[in-house]
Amino acid sequence: MTQTLVVVGNGMVGHRLVEILRGSSWRIVVFGEESRPAYDRVALSSYVDSWTFADLELPALDGCELRLGEKAVSVDRARKVVVGSSGVEISYDALVLATGSVPFVPPVPGRDLPGCHVYRTVDDLDEIRATVEAADRPGRRSGMVLGGGLLGLEAANALRGMGVSPHVVELAPRLMPIQVDDGGAGLLKRLVEKLDLTVHTGTSASSIERDGSRLIAKLASGLELDLDVVVFSAGIRPRTDLDLGLELGPRGGYLVDAACRTSDPHVFAIGECAAVEGVTYGLVAPGYSMAEVVADQLSGGARVFPGADVSTKLKLLGVDVASFGDAHAQTEGALEVVVNNAVAGTYSKLVVSDDARILLGGVLVGDASSYLSLRPLVGKEVPAALLQPGGAVDVEMPADAQVCSCYAVTKQTITDAIQHGVACDVAELKACTKAGTGCGSCVPMLKKLLTECGVEQSKALCEHFTYSRAELFEIVQATQVTTFSALIEKHGTGRGCDICKPAVASILASLGNGHILGETQVSLQDTNDRFLANLQRNGTYSVVPRIPGGEITPEKLIVIGEVARDYGLYTKITGGQRIDLFGATVDQLPEIWRRLVDAGFESGHAYGKSLRTVKSCVGTTWCRYGVQDSVGLAIELELRYRGLRSPHKLKSAVSGCARECAEARSKDFGIIATENGWNLYVAGNGGFTPRHADLLVSDVDTAELIRIIDRFLMFYIRTADRLQRTAAWLEGLDGGLDHLREVVVEDKLGICAELETAMESHVSDYADEWRGVLEDPEKLARFTSFVNAPGVPDPTISFRAERGQRVPVSLGIPEVVR
Amino acid sequence: MIVCDFDVLKPEQGVAALRPDGSQVAVFLTADGTVHALDNIDPFSGAAVLSRGIVGDRGGVPVVVSPVYKQAFELATGKCLDEPSVSVAVHQVRVRDGVVELT
Ligand SMILES: Cc1cc2nc3c(=O)[nH]c(=O)nc-3n(C[C@H](O)[C@H](O)[C@H](O)COP(=O)(O)OP(=O)(O)OC[C@H]3O[C@@H](n4cnc5c(N)ncnc54)[C@H](O)[C@@H]3O)c2cc1C
Ligand code: SF4
Ligand code: FES
Repeated sequence: MTQTLVVVGNGMVGHRLVEILRGSSWRIVVFGEESRPAYDRVALSSYVDSWTFADLELPALDGCELRLGEKAVSVDRARKVVVGSSGVEISYDALVLATGSVPFVPPVPGRDLPGCHVYRTVDDLDEIRATVEAADRPGRRSGMVLGGGLLGLEAANALRGMGVSPHVVELAPRLMPIQVDDGGAGLLKRLVEKLDLTVHTGTSASSIERDGSRLIAKLASGLELDLDVVVFSAGIRPRTDLDLGLELGPRGGYLVDAACRTSDPHVFAIGECAAVEGVTYGLVAPGYSMAEVVADQLSGGARVFPGADVSTKLKLLGVDVASFGDAHAQTEGALEVVVNNAVAGTYSKLVVSDDARILLGGVLVGDASSYLSLRPLVGKEVPAALLQPGGAVDVEMPADAQVCSCYAVTKQTITDAIQHGVACDVAELKACTKAGTGCGSCVPMLKKLLTECGVEQSKALCEHFTYSRAELFEIVQATQVTTFSALIEKHGTGRGCDICKPAVASILASLGNGHILGETQVSLQDTNDRFLANLQRNGTYSVVPRIPGGEITPEKLIVIGEVARDYGLYTKITGGQRIDLFGATVDQLPEIWRRLVDAGFESGHAYGKSLRTVKSCVGTTWCRYGVQDSVGLAIELELRYRGLRSPHKLKSAVSGCARECAEARSKDFGIIATENGWNLYVAGNGGFTPRHADLLVSDVDTAELIRIIDRFLMFYIRTADRLQRTAAWLEGLDGGLDHLREVVVEDKLGICAELETAMESHVSDYADEWRGVLEDPEKLARFTSFVNAPGVPDPTISFRAERGQRVPVSLGIPEVVR
Repeated sequence: MIVCDFDVLKPEQGVAALRPDGSQVAVFLTADGTVHALDNIDPFSGAAVLSRGIVGDRGGVPVVVSPVYKQAFELATGKCLDEPSVSVAVHQVRVRDGVVELT
């Protein structure tokens, strides 16, 4: 008979358990008090970047019964029944408690006033945002975060992101008291203050009072703060309000043994609500490993909790802080090696065993770049060089060292995946090992391992060039070479191939070198570019006229229909809001295009690695909800970037409001209208590995928007690899989105003017490629099936009818003996 | 059979010619002035498209790469370099008095 597992709590750890047990013989029922699907709480603070819940959502799990918005209110252990807030009763064979934690709110008078919040759930953040937006003094809003730990600093940073100047109040004499020692904390305070956070340590709030629309907080030090919002982040307590009459641990939490089992053999506890042999953990990785233990137990195994790595690294703030292992040197006889460089603004402390042989832990402030190489070495022999002042920290990691602590992935697992060809970039490593998909802090290490395994070492485009595409771009630009033959003669070997020729053709076209079918370029082009149409499986081509923004007049629509009818072309609406006409032969292409060009159409570049379409929704013109003219902008953008040759195809879309009907966030650059202007999202992708685009800038006007897109596209065109979409490019870009923003928004490299000029010259030099062919007899002459019999149809091509249209008959594919 | 004037061929490109029996030949001119002729049908897709492939070299061996699934075929022998068991027929071709002929 099927047995029932009831999980109370649909947080990160509960979700993980269900994920592992999915497909097992257990029937699974989950109670989730929050009304939202499970989400990535570790990344909670990034919610303020886009206010889009979907960005945090964990993969949906089918095959289990999710009772969202339903709290488990009581458990009858004798009858083995859980009662939900709706009154529902579910019987269980096994019960897993995964109720997480509650924020601890110190008993400050006034803590329940409106405007006082905690920082734990998406709903909490929505409420904080509502408070901040209701504050009627934009530009001067101020807030207080009670608690200067890891979470408090994250919360303060989130407030900063909402335009609030935060005060951080910490009772201990230093920030991040749990992780950082006194030496590091002094430096940390200085670095944090540079970011416009005001730090008050060694004091606490003695009261909070409401004064009109504001809150007044009195600190024990006598200071009074005039505030719009208060966030409590003074630590967490394991959540045990669901009372089962079970024993709790010394610091709270359902007491469980190493198998995560309570004294009732049918009841387990995992995650932050569990006290494993008395110890509670406030991090997700130990929770995940408890989920694995319980999944194993429920499947008849005998796994036990292996203990946990409690290393931490501050995310998001732009200040490097990390601590790992025994950071406070509590091990008997532990020695400390401290390097405090006040001038450089860095502090590092390594804790080693009494014989200085074993690394026990450490603290890094100001520069935590060595965190990833040091963390896996805890408990292992310290390379002597590390203990020298300024010693190299770039040390070889043992194979069994854990690289990703969120998913307990070892170096060995990762190098195996790379060496067996299963993964050859970070995205693939994430997919097949899960490493890097938790807090993300190990991603730089993944890159490093890829390099060490030789994956990225060879940036050579192909056997003919030892340079990467980006390097070739620079060479072509600097030397002003205009032909492939000159380039390969000077900078390459041999005669070229189907990899380097189209890549160089694309570079030449990006830099504006005339028609792509010009004398010296035509032999470089892939068949699609060579015939300005898309090759289909039977050797015929498809034709896609540009329909900017997806807007088309009935007259033009009729022309397309007539052309399709006259040439018997199979007609289909594409995903990019235009029309694809299939089945044209090489000889027919110029005739078809003459009619289209005469009717005012131009090439849609469906064949090129270049801008495809800018989709749009109808926006303010028709839609009741629209806040900006999305169609107008889409057309403007499509006309601006049409014909722009790039490392891979480029797709875009514009939505007229936050409902996002144009699916802009799945595009290389997507724009969503706001009340005040436009939000620009970049590096989205549908296709094989879908990726939501990241918010680059918000609420910009049209001129600013176009300026930033100009820079973004040109920066991508210059630096991406061949056939690398913007999504993969951004994932591989050192420094990621922040770096991109520094370059194209803040102009940190001082190249924006150059990028804009390059785009300007693209815009002014644009000419329709098909018109160029029709006007040039020599180019036209290439559109013949047979040199000795122009106009004779290719006898291998034949069609049959399907649903009223012509589709190809594959002519007996010759037996390929393999 | 006459294919075309030699001038019509462009270095590192191919053209297709139709034979009286309806079969097709792809004729290529390489950068060093050599003319090669192969069957035009790409054995992996069945489409008559090899003449439209990119001409270049693999490790110094002149090849054409099928535009459909990108296998390379050696121009001199018709051998597929990606699937050694597969090859396309080679045709005798010569240039006489400025005219390209299949023999
Ligand atoms: C802002 C922030 C940043 C963080 N950063 C990091 C980090 O960088 N690294 C790290 O390792 N950890 C971090 N954490 C901690 C991490 O999020 C937690 O360790 C992890 O979420 C714990 O998972 P859990 O499933 O035990 O609890 P939770 O994710 O809290 O899930 C518990 C769920 O159970 C529900 N629930 C409780 N009682 C009931 C009931 N009776 N009936 C039904 N449902 C119930 C709750 O509503 C909640 O949804 C961070 C936390 C926050 C808030
Ligand atoms: S995105 Fe907004 S404006 Fe555009 S169609 Fe949808 S609801 Fe209307
Ligand atoms: S360490 Fe968190 S994702 Fe790898």
